[in-house]
Amino acid sequence: MTELFGIPIQALLGQLLLGLVNGSFYAMLSLGLAVIFGLLGIVNFAHGALYMIGAYVAWIAMEKWGIGYWWALLLAPIVVGALGVAVERLLLKHLYKLDPLYGLLLTFGLALIAEGIFRDQFGVSGQQYSVPEALQGATNLGFMVLPNYRAWVVVASLTVCLGTWFLIEKTPLGATLRAGTENPALVQAFGINVPLMVMLTYAGGAALAALAGVLAAPVIQITPLMGSNLIIVVFAVVVIGGMGSILGSILTGLALGLVEGLTKVFYPEASNIVVFVIMAIVLMIRPAGLFGKEK
Amino acid sequence: MTSKLKTIAAACGLACAASMAHAQYSGDVIRIGFITDMSGLYSDIDGPAGAEAIRMAIADAGGAVAGKKVELLVADHQNKADVAASKAREWFDQQGVDLLIGGTNSGTSLAMAKVAAEKHKPFIAVGAGTSALTNEQCTPYTIHWAYDTMALAKGTGGAVVKAGGKSWYFLTADYAFGQSLQNDTTNVVKAAGGNVVGSVKHPLSASDFSSFLLQAQASKAQILGLANAGGDTINAVKAANEFGITKTMKLAGLLVFINDIHSLGLKTTQGMYLTDSWYWNKDAETRAWSRKFFEKIKRMPSSLQAADYSVAANYLAAVKAVGGDDADKVLAQLRKSKVNDMFAKNGYVRPDGRMVHDMYLMQVKSPDKSTEPWDYYNVAATIKGDDAFTTKAESKCSLWK
Repeated sequence: MTELFGIPIQALLGQLLLGLVNGSFYAMLSLGLAVIFGLLGIVNFAHGALYMIGAYVAWIAMEKWGIGYWWALLLAPIVVGALGVAVERLLLKHLYKLDPLYGLLLTFGLALIAEGIFRDQFGVSGQQYSVPEALQGATNLGFMVLPNYRAWVVVASLTVCLGTWFLIEKTPLGATLRAGTENPALVQAFGINVPLMVMLTYAGGAALAALAGVLAAPVIQITPLMGSNLIIVVFAVVVIGGMGSILGSILTGLALGLVEGLTKVFYPEASNIVVFVIMAIVLMIRPAGLFGKEK
Repeated sequence: MTSKLKTIAAACGLACAASMAHAQYSGDVIRIGFITDMSGLYSDIDGPAGAEAIRMAIADAGGAVAGKKVELLVADHQNKADVAASKAREWFDQQGVDLLIGGTNSGTSLAMAKVAAEKHKPFIAVGAGTSALTNEQCTPYTIHWAYDTMALAKGTGGAVVKAGGKSWYFLTADYAFGQSLQNDTTNVVKAAGGNVVGSVKHPLSASDFSSFLLQAQASKAQILGLANAGGDTINAVKAANEFGITKTMKLAGLLVFINDIHSLGLKTTQGMYLTDSWYWNKDAETRAWSRKFFEKIKRMPSSLQAADYSVAANYLAAVKAVGGDDADKVLAQLRKSKVNDMFAKNGYVRPDGRMVHDMYLMQVKSPDKSTEPWDYYNVAATIKGDDAFTTKAESKCSLWK
């Protein structure tokens, strides 16, 4: 059997692999969103903008200071994480007691401001960022030619995702974090600085978005709008996985990348709505998402 | 009472008519309006720098015609047709705008053309691609200056087939513009003896093109026609390089501007074919003007920005020739006189409103052949104006029968 539904198996394998690459981006971005929502209760609409800023930091570092890709992987999350600290301390802090809607509106506004600033500074055509030398070239897998850089994206993002999951679900630090969000007063009574923890969580989520931005920089054009093109899909991923579920968002991100990849073969016109169709179905059957717990 | 009113009205009418006869210049000033995308997706290829080009034309005309000051109004339509139309209406009604120049985005230009026709004021479209402006939706008040989708299809489609690219596969943006570009090009390719082996539609602003490109590669076609624009074209070209598609297929960009090439870089785009109405490094005259533009904007002009200049300059020359800014007289003058400037040679305005001029097939240079920044193209072929646009036989414009 060399064909499945009229598509050669080899082509299908290639498309699945590409779906996995895109899924890795979804997983990393939705993970950051899930962490922030799970621990802070903030629907972080600025996530796409943070991802965009991460990519720009990499580009600026390269253009202005000659700092290459590998250092950018470290630098961009630090810069954007610091930005996250500022946003949390100055703005978000005041919203924790209010309806989540306020956090959503604030972060949405921040995203628009960030996009506007970058558009004004750098124009809309975008900037190019080349693939680092060590990852140039492509490997022939028999069924397709896979650029080495894309393989690296999958490996890097899976490592980061699983690391984050492990940190939050399996370590004492993660246990304190989770306890702090469940009952801040009690955890504070144990002598733990809860506001500091919350601040670092937001910074961590922002850093994840920036890291995804650096990973994406060599693959797509760096433009001020690159975040808003992606953020809606990522939100759908989080909703399908279950708001706040860490593992759920990782698995859903990867799975939806695969589904989207297959849609691009069988009915390309629907490839940008298939995620939302799935979201609608999931919400009807399991309103809390696939991995979410009903409260 | 009524008779009194009638008398007053009649007197007023007479007075107004009398004053009209003397004042050749409405509002004692020549007011040019420019509505384009100033901040969005298309703001680099036209936008604020396009407005600057118009200001250069006004300055070159001395800032005034026959002692009447020339003013420029600029607005952002945010790529919304309703915003463009209501701004145009406001300007015609309240600001006394004498000429409206339409920037990028076909939808907004079609909407503004309707308003201008209703107000009997000239509308000159520059950045819009749709050939409907001078075809199904032509009006006596619309002129289309720089390019249109038909010219892009004929230019790139025809020339690439002639150069040996017989079999085509299309990567098409899934909306009206992409579809019409694909259809127009398909007709041209077939007429020139080529064939189309397939196509794939992608959603607008797709985040990833690798999947579509793999399907294109499997078709074994020689040419990959990119029936999309802006960021979609850029990301498709990038992915085509990454996946080695460019080793087996040649890319033909159906709507590519020099700003797109600039942001992609020559290494990624070398060898690509595209059609444009103008190129800054074409001859001494275009270079001289472009260097002046560069001093102000710090980048080289796109064809649209050069056309913005050309429109304003030719309009002001026509106003000067007829000694007033009356819409019908100026339009008649524009149709009568030839366009001879750094943008076009021996250009003329057809009855359907199309400004006919030569188009150019470009091939992107390899990095080692580029001698200076923005030196990106070889002019591979000149497409004569009469061959470049819709023919009389193809036209559905009622003004050209």
